[in-house]
Amino acid sequence: MELLGKTNIDFIGMRKISFVISGIIALIGIIGIIQISRGAANMGIDFSGGTSMQLKFTQPVTTLAAREALAREGLKEVDLQEIKDGNKLLIKMRKSTIGTGKVADHVQEIMKKEFPANPFIVESSTEIGPTIGEKLKSDTLMAVALSMLGIILYIAWRFDFKFGVGAVVATMHDVLAIIAVFYVCNKEVNLLLVTAVLTIAGYSLTDTVVVFDRIRENLHKSLKDPITQVFNRSINEVLSRTIVTSFTVFMAACSLFLFGGEVIHDFAFALLVGVLVGTYSSIFVASPIVALWEKLPAEVKA
Amino acid sequence: MTKGYTWRITLIVVFILASCVYLTPTLVAPLPSWWSGLLPKDKIHLGLDLQGGTHLVMEVETQKAVEGSLDLIATDLEDSLTAQNLRFKRIGKLGSDKVQLTLYDRGSADGVIKLVKKKYPDLETLPLTDEGGFVNLQLRINEKEAQVRKDRAVAQALETIRNRIDQFGVSEPIIQREGINHIVVQLPGIKDPKRAIELIGKTARLEFKLVDETVNATTATAGSIPEDDELLFEKKTDPATGAVSETPVVTKRKAMITGDLLTDAQIRIDSQYNQPYVAIEFNSTGARLFDQVTAANVGKRFAIVLDSNVYSAPVIRERISGGSAQISGSFTEKDAADLAIVLRAGSLPAPVKILQNVTVGPSLGQDSIRKGLVAGLIGVALVVVFMGIYYKLCGMVANLGMVLNIVYLMGALAALGATLTLPGIAAIVLLIGMSVDSNVLIFERIREEMKLGKTPHAALDAGYDKAFLTIMDSHVTALITAAVLFQFGTGPVKGFAVSLSLGIIINLFTSLLATRVLFDAFLDRVHVKRLSI
Repeated sequence: MELLGKTNIDFIGMRKISFVISGIIALIGIIGIIQISRGAANMGIDFSGGTSMQLKFTQPVTTLAAREALAREGLKEVDLQEIKDGNKLLIKMRKSTIGTGKVADHVQEIMKKEFPANPFIVESSTEIGPTIGEKLKSDTLMAVALSMLGIILYIAWRFDFKFGVGAVVATMHDVLAIIAVFYVCNKEVNLLLVTAVLTIAGYSLTDTVVVFDRIRENLHKSLKDPITQVFNRSINEVLSRTIVTSFTVFMAACSLFLFGGEVIHDFAFALLVGVLVGTYSSIFVASPIVALWEKLPAEVKA
Repeated sequence: MTKGYTWRITLIVVFILASCVYLTPTLVAPLPSWWSGLLPKDKIHLGLDLQGGTHLVMEVETQKAVEGSLDLIATDLEDSLTAQNLRFKRIGKLGSDKVQLTLYDRGSADGVIKLVKKKYPDLETLPLTDEGGFVNLQLRINEKEAQVRKDRAVAQALETIRNRIDQFGVSEPIIQREGINHIVVQLPGIKDPKRAIELIGKTARLEFKLVDETVNATTATAGSIPEDDELLFEKKTDPATGAVSETPVVTKRKAMITGDLLTDAQIRIDSQYNQPYVAIEFNSTGARLFDQVTAANVGKRFAIVLDSNVYSAPVIRERISGGSAQISGSFTEKDAADLAIVLRAGSLPAPVKILQNVTVGPSLGQDSIRKGLVAGLIGVALVVVFMGIYYKLCGMVANLGMVLNIVYLMGALAALGATLTLPGIAAIVLLIGMSVDSNVLIFERIREEMKLGKTPHAALDAGYDKAFLTIMDSHVTALITAAVLFQFGTGPVKGFAVSLSLGIIINLFTSLLATRVLFDAFLDRVHVKRLSI
């Protein structure tokens, strides 16, 4: 079976539209990063420090009732989220006036007192002191920088410099896109998101490498043809495998997203976004950049 | 065309067998009786997020350990100077790194300095200063020596915590030092995390102090009591109502006996009131001291103080020889048992602060495993169906490669003793999708070559050869990020990185070697006109 027969789409010609779209996404991503570094985004407690708990009640509890109960006992700055499946309640508090190691106990006591007829069990509780969060932040930045550097070096070694830049720009674009989506959807920025972002950074290169490999091959074969034409032909030739490889990973990520449970729900969501954006960027971002760059000297000469 | 596929098939089969052997302990329970000797017995380790448990990161407040040792030096010098009839006005800790001795005149300083130099060669003596008619001699603990003490405090704390956990009874705990002054404790499958944390985090500094009966404790404030006294509180919990009452007690600042002199502590039940108490035994030094102190202070009250809380302050009725005593107070049987454990294991050299506490209940872990499994199976089913439809028979070969991938990966996880976490399961599910990718690249290439009119076998060879570099490139880039994740990640993230890196390496093997050998073996034996691709 073949999903796509022989295609002849002018991908490079669409760069004006795609660059505008990507520019906007990247801009939102950069705003997202600035907000994250200011702590103004929805930060997970692994970075901000604080307490998060997951309680499983016997009967449903509304966030409204829980919020009122906690507020009565002086816990006002609380994020609550209800998970309908199994009467679960997520409680998140960033700052605490009581020391680390006490907040979770305090919440438990309040809940026991306020909902005496509705017993619960603590499915998970996490308390993180502010110093750990700071260390994690610097560790994370280090990790992202290191992996980006490793990728640049590898691609620069395997391809030439122009391809290296194209690949890195495309990867950065994908990272920014995931952050943009998380920022806009106000989803939590935590360690798992960073993990997903790094995974996608590695994965999106796979797609880019597939396209680049073919472009390089065709460039050697047909030196006379215009650059744009070679690029377009190459992308069209590998289009079906680009889509199929992404599709298989997308299916796996989809299965995680739908059936993997709430703990990795956002993680799987980031992977889904990443796979889509990664495929888009290798066609619409990485290749046009290299094509433009390759074309530039020729036009200058003419 | 002769291809050495005997060794390739052997390799594949050996790996399958090895994976099965390593996975047996995980899948078969209980193990059959003949499963012994060199055969592996370890199951795949489950991370705390899957089996439930508590992960703690604690900071040892090492500065307090240095200050504590300065206090000890001050007390010791006080005793030595008194014993040698050297006159002094006051000795005490000053700031965070000094001990100050106040002397009456410069004349007596020489003798004191000589004694100090002899007893504590590591301490620096600063030049004498005059202050209000007295002479101050300051001893400073230098940076290096302080560092040594801090380091020793962390090592000691680690040992003490290990003892406490061993006595508390947790199976397969992990207790290790991290960085300069952090201690990481993992308690898998623990039922009562709160109790364990209290047990681990308690400094458990036991002191016996004489109560100062000349001060009225009820009206005393921290400022109004004599300089060598301190104001402590005795907490009592009413067992019926749960109400906590605090009674102030003024004691001498100096401890007569400390918990270092204990040899044993056991929980006992008072037969008369059915109240639990902790029976303690002193070593010979402790027994002698206890004997002396009780003999000299009959009729006075003796406060038993743990971490600045008075447990009880009984009246000394008679001289107590023999070196045993008991600590009673208003505590439950659990409290008493835990107190006995911490007293036996010894006190922490410095207080610890909990920086991170992640506790996962067993039900959530079970839930995560189940959901991860479901997601994985659905992922496999989707990919298998898709590949079957899209690439027909060849797709089924790729599917076989994927299944091999999973078997190898699980086997490798078991063999390496790696820990499987929830993100680790996610990585495996993701790998299901990625593992067929290499085959997709190869198949697409084969299709192209066949369109150029090549025979199936030539197309196959060309497909594998031309896709090889692409596959290597894409795997190496993915491996770079996985390695970085492994390096910086902890806990669940590390589990993700382990599964991902192993999976990528194994995938290279299955896609480039395992699936190819199937094609080769088939095409060499059967002459086909066209591939089912």
